[in-house]
Amino acid sequence: MALLNKIPKENSAAEGQKRVKEPLFHIVKRDAPVWYKAWLIRAAAIVLALLLCAVVTVLLARNVNPLDVFKAMISGNFGTVRRIWVMLQSLSILLCVSLALTPAFKMRFWNIGGEGQILIGGLATAACMKLLGAKMPPVLLIFVMLAASIAAGAIWALIPAVFKAQWNTNETLFTLMMNYVAIQIVSYFTMVWEAHKGSANIGIINSKTHYGWLPQIGNEYLLSIIVVLALTVAMYIYLRYSKHGYEISVVGESQNTARYIGINVKKVIIRTMILSGALCGIAGFLLVGSIDHTITPTSSNNRGFTAIMVSWLAKFNPLMMLLTSFLIVFLECGAKEITTKFSLDKSFSDILTGIILFFIIGCEFFINYQIKFRHSQKEVA
Amino acid sequence: MFTMVRFVTLFHQAVLQGIPILYGSTGEILTEKSGHLNLGIPGVMYFGAISGVIGAFLYENNVPTGEALNPVLAILIPMLSAMLGSLLMGLIYCFLTVSLRANQNVTGLAITTFGVGFGNFFGASLVKITKSEVPSLALPRTSLLFQTQLPFADKLGVFGQLFMSFGFMTYLGVLIAILAALFLRKTRTGLHLRAVGENPATADAAGINVNRYKYSATCIGSMIAGLGGLFYVLDASNGIWANGAFGDRGWLAIALVIFVVWRPDLGVPGSIVFGFLYISYLFIDGLPMRASELFKMAPYIVTIIVLILTSVRKNREHQPPASLGLSYFREER
Repeated sequence: MALLNKIPKENSAAEGQKRVKEPLFHIVKRDAPVWYKAWLIRAAAIVLALLLCAVVTVLLARNVNPLDVFKAMISGNFGTVRRIWVMLQSLSILLCVSLALTPAFKMRFWNIGGEGQILIGGLATAACMKLLGAKMPPVLLIFVMLAASIAAGAIWALIPAVFKAQWNTNETLFTLMMNYVAIQIVSYFTMVWEAHKGSANIGIINSKTHYGWLPQIGNEYLLSIIVVLALTVAMYIYLRYSKHGYEISVVGESQNTARYIGINVKKVIIRTMILSGALCGIAGFLLVGSIDHTITPTSSNNRGFTAIMVSWLAKFNPLMMLLTSFLIVFLECGAKEITTKFSLDKSFSDILTGIILFFIIGCEFFINYQIKFRHSQKEVA
Repeated sequence: MFTMVRFVTLFHQAVLQGIPILYGSTGEILTEKSGHLNLGIPGVMYFGAISGVIGAFLYENNVPTGEALNPVLAILIPMLSAMLGSLLMGLIYCFLTVSLRANQNVTGLAITTFGVGFGNFFGASLVKITKSEVPSLALPRTSLLFQTQLPFADKLGVFGQLFMSFGFMTYLGVLIAILAALFLRKTRTGLHLRAVGENPATADAAGINVNRYKYSATCIGSMIAGLGGLFYVLDASNGIWANGAFGDRGWLAIALVIFVVWRPDLGVPGSIVFGFLYISYLFIDGLPMRASELFKMAPYIVTIIVLILTSVRKNREHQPPASLGLSYFREER
């Protein structure tokens, strides 16, 4: 309903202008808002979104107490010790992909090919496990897997980067198309290596020998969490304090300025995209080597797209991404629990995620802009 | 063997594969011409499809099995509900990107998540209601009406089989694409729309209401795209809805926009080419199942090549709208 109310307002504002009257309201950019104000607005948006989610759940699943919806959400994340670990693990992979995309976004290079870069990196890992499994010592194998997945991810990102640098080819569309090429390649190989004829499923790779399975630290979840935490700090330092990070910011702000102060823009674009793809490759490596031990065309589970949201919400700040990726994973795990608890179709969690995202996306406007109404202006005057 | 009969069947299939993509790309071209890259098109098409299916389902279930459906209602109800559903998605996208100036890529992807989730949820719910044993929903009677071909199609020989043997929505899709092309090239409103997409600040200064153009182009574009989803379910797949069957056709629609260099009229042959590429593995006998997965890459690879060629050649006629993907802030000029 909010939508429908908004549009007539827009029109009346436009008509108001025609009659050379003061419009009903106008929009002013805020100066950098205080951080706690910004987070207050975001929190309000999330609360509103959760309320709407509860309403939708009650409407679609009968005889549900809205409070139970929120309880289910929390228990989906923190219900058991295992759930907490699973949540932290999926947080780590999402964070890894978000870190990967961030340098590219900071450079205003819209890398929405994370999905493909993760998959191709994961495929490289799976290929090493499958083909080289018994042929080399385990430690060496893991290094070969890591190198292969980094190389694969980097190449997948390098191709659009070269064309962007050389001919300014639209990178949003290029990287988007590369996703589907990767998905088809993976689905081809799942058929080549299928465990049972006609199943189109690789199954758990080396399930008996554990060749190429990454070592467990403490428990099966901790390794990827530690790796990604280290990457987060490294990325923060890289973007904030290194010369490369500075060059990325300048290219992102203005390519002309970058050229003027002697930055080789083409080199920066290509170098940054190699880094971006390589990190996506690492995400694929962790996913296949440490968590799933298999690969399917949907292994990356839309993380390449969700990570865009994480990175953008955190204003491309790696430390802030700890918070935003937690937010998204919390919502996803919670929505999943709602689905099972109230026996709804599993796609229901996508509806809830979608609603929450709309609110989070929309609230950025109220952080960056201020709406001034006609009467409030008169008071000022 | 490559015979005429086989070509006719392949062509028929290629067209059926191509038309949903054509609807999607015509809608997306209108949207992109206003400077908005709507990556939510897959979600919009999915949402349109399920809205239409819900409409058709409600109507078909209210008419007893023995009686015939009222053809006008059976066609209008699904089409109107598909258009309403996709209009709603277009409005959400517009509100966020035009009024609230949100990032277009992020918003579009959220729309896709929401639309596909919504479609699958209601698809699964409908299947549950019918207590069917297979995870799909069949609307045979409505579909039959959508597939009705022209009465004289059989009498025209090969020509009739090639071009006249489709349901009415195929021709509607072609007509909309041609009208959209004429609108963009020949009318003043079309010129204004292109101006908005190229340089909204200049358009604004010339007295064009930028926001109104953006809203109308995106909403009408979404409605056209939603019809593509409906066509896929009720015509191309014989009225059978199955979750996820729509596949990556929404992304193919975005690819087709690039392939036809932002020209809806070229979309007509372009979509048939895409249809052929999508089913190209059927041309080769004895191809293993898995190779078909590699062949399905073909439309994307062709699109990438076109994208590269247009950027290398720098032909001014064949470029994306200059302000594609950028929000317009009047106060920030």
